[in-house]
Amino acid sequence: MNTDILNIDRKETYKQKYGFFDKDTFVYRTKKGLSADVVKEISGLKDEPEWMLKFRLRALEIFMKKPMPNFGGDLSQLNFDEIYYYIKPSDRKGRTWDEVPEKVKNTFEKLGIPEAERKFLAGVEAQYDSESVYSSLKGQWEKLGVIFCSTDEALKNYPDILKQYFGTIIPPADNKFAALNSAVWSGGSFIYVPTGVHVDIPLQAYFRINSESAGQFERTLIIAEPGSFVHYVEGCTAPVYAVDALHSAVVEIIVKEGARVRYTTIQNWSDNVYNLVTKRSAVYKDATMEWVDGNIGSKLTMKYPAVYLMEKGAHGEVLSVAYAGDGQHQDTGGKAIHYAPHTSSIITSKSISKGTGRASYRGLLKVVKDAKGSKSSVKCDALLLDDTSRSDTYPKIEIDEDEVQIGHEATVSRVGEEQLFYLQSRGLSEEQATALIVSGFIEPIVRELPMEYAVELNRLIALEMEGSVG
Amino acid sequence: MEKLLEIKDLHVEVENNEILKGLSLTINRGEIHAIMGPNGSGKSTLANTLMGHPNYKVTKGEIIFKGQNILELGPDERAALGLFLAFQYPHEVPGVTLFNFLRTAVNSIQKKRTGEDIEKDRKKSASSILQFSKKLNEYMKLLGIEESFSKRYVNEGFSGGEKKRAEILQLAMLKPDLAILDETDSGLDIDALKLVSEGVNKITTTEQSILVITHYQRLLDYIKPDFVHVLVDGKLVMSDGPELALKLEEKGYDWVRDQVDTSIIN
Repeated sequence: MNTDILNIDRKETYKQKYGFFDKDTFVYRTKKGLSADVVKEISGLKDEPEWMLKFRLRALEIFMKKPMPNFGGDLSQLNFDEIYYYIKPSDRKGRTWDEVPEKVKNTFEKLGIPEAERKFLAGVEAQYDSESVYSSLKGQWEKLGVIFCSTDEALKNYPDILKQYFGTIIPPADNKFAALNSAVWSGGSFIYVPTGVHVDIPLQAYFRINSESAGQFERTLIIAEPGSFVHYVEGCTAPVYAVDALHSAVVEIIVKEGARVRYTTIQNWSDNVYNLVTKRSAVYKDATMEWVDGNIGSKLTMKYPAVYLMEKGAHGEVLSVAYAGDGQHQDTGGKAIHYAPHTSSIITSKSISKGTGRASYRGLLKVVKDAKGSKSSVKCDALLLDDTSRSDTYPKIEIDEDEVQIGHEATVSRVGEEQLFYLQSRGLSEEQATALIVSGFIEPIVRELPMEYAVELNRLIALEMEGSVG
Repeated sequence: MEKLLEIKDLHVEVENNEILKGLSLTINRGEIHAIMGPNGSGKSTLANTLMGHPNYKVTKGEIIFKGQNILELGPDERAALGLFLAFQYPHEVPGVTLFNFLRTAVNSIQKKRTGEDIEKDRKKSASSILQFSKKLNEYMKLLGIEESFSKRYVNEGFSGGEKKRAEILQLAMLKPDLAILDETDSGLDIDALKLVSEGVNKITTTEQSILVITHYQRLLDYIKPDFVHVLVDGKLVMSDGPELALKLEEKGYDWVRDQVDTSIIN
């Protein structure tokens, strides 16, 4: 069968379904490319304090010096000079839904945000291009002292808390893209949960890239004080554009003694987006960090959520699922660093590849000397939908302590003719049968998601697979 | 009497080896037929070919089901038309519950038959899911299957007996006109065999036909055939009433070969 035709079909469907876009409505954007002037302009426009400007400029220097990563995917087509680093979509900042500009609202409506809001969402922090335009938070948590706002707002309204933690988990020098983000960041979420407070409904953000060549460099910081709990959910659907776009976020999370944070992401970038994200959490005594990470779409995703287990009893989990369709490379996985005794980690990674898609698992498991009694289990499963798709694993394991329990397991399976025949004999078409096999494969991840995201993930993958069976 | 299935001079190749070499058989509505044969005679090839497995190539002959030549139809279309195959080795579908699997199957067959997509209509979908659950629970009770069974992943970690009972549960829910049972007795001890075959009797009606494919006679003690055929080397070489099964059990397949050598094979 002619796969080119299938590709076009798939892209057409994708565009119909997700490729809608509003005509650019931005009020202001910096000129293309990156320089100290651009960084100063961004900081100036936001009326930032001096320390943040210095932080940005120092990060820019680091970015300029750092080499590109020598692992992961092909970044040779990424041209830093062709990107707008800051776009402000609207001068108005919506506090209630009614205040949000109509055009922006239309985009969100297509993404189902209002309905989600009506149902049970706690607060919506939605990023539209580079700046949040809509945010709301239920009063009850404000009373409890929970802060949920854009990181820009936090810089204005909670400068002391922000300054104390900002850039401490992922310093600009960590890697080239963390440096880039530090120089030009805009938007992202800031969450502060006071001691002992349990936020029992997920806090959600839904955002999308919506301007040609718009880099999206959001910066998220979550601080969970001792004994607190919060679940933060983030999802993206990007429209299709011809020019390559870059998404490079930094997410820092601090989980203090006995606290628990869960961070759920479903990302569905259009297949021209470079998605290069650094996510890391520091987990303290008896605290728990859980990353749930779904990656669909993009041209190349490089993302390895990390748990740094800093003190005794800290526990970290990374659950990730990636779907690599034609022309896509998902280089994803997880990192667990055991810095203290009796810490534990579980990394579960599932990937699906189709056509010329390639899914790589890249992971790091490190146990330092004296982190006695630590336990870790790493499991990565790959599912290939045909003969041309590809899957690799790059598990790196560094263990400097003998008294540990480590498990590592990797499987690769292919959707088989006999399995398909079995399902087809029960009345399922080949597409339905493949979709069912895939939904079963990712079930362990999907069941960890809030309901509407579970539905969405299955729907997105089904959409990606439409017409993919030849 | 309504002719349900007509197989005419069927020749089938697998990887360029001819396995079925001119098999003909007619099954009327409501009849139970048994095909017995030694290993390698082509029993499973017949089952897979009838259901439309892509690796089984029909080089000559016809399969007419409900008056329609089904050779060009895919397995899903054959299922929608009313064919069912209970597999000798049912496949696992990890992460997919039996409930979800069956519901998807029932809906897609309904959609193919009536053109109505139940999933698209929320109200109908909601009421149909209730009906579906009710029916599923009834059949599970009838087959002596506990309720939690439908929440398990399809065939994953099932014992031999559970797998076969799950196949019969699927048969019950999909209500085919013709059910092909491919070596349903294999791997079952006598208690499990009894349970499974009595299950088949409970959930089928006289409007449905059954084609039992088996090596041994013992299954036919429970599912009583109207006709027994003997398959040797890709052809039906003997056909008779149920007593033929007993004769085979007593005398063995060599007896058939002797008979055939002198009289039937040309």
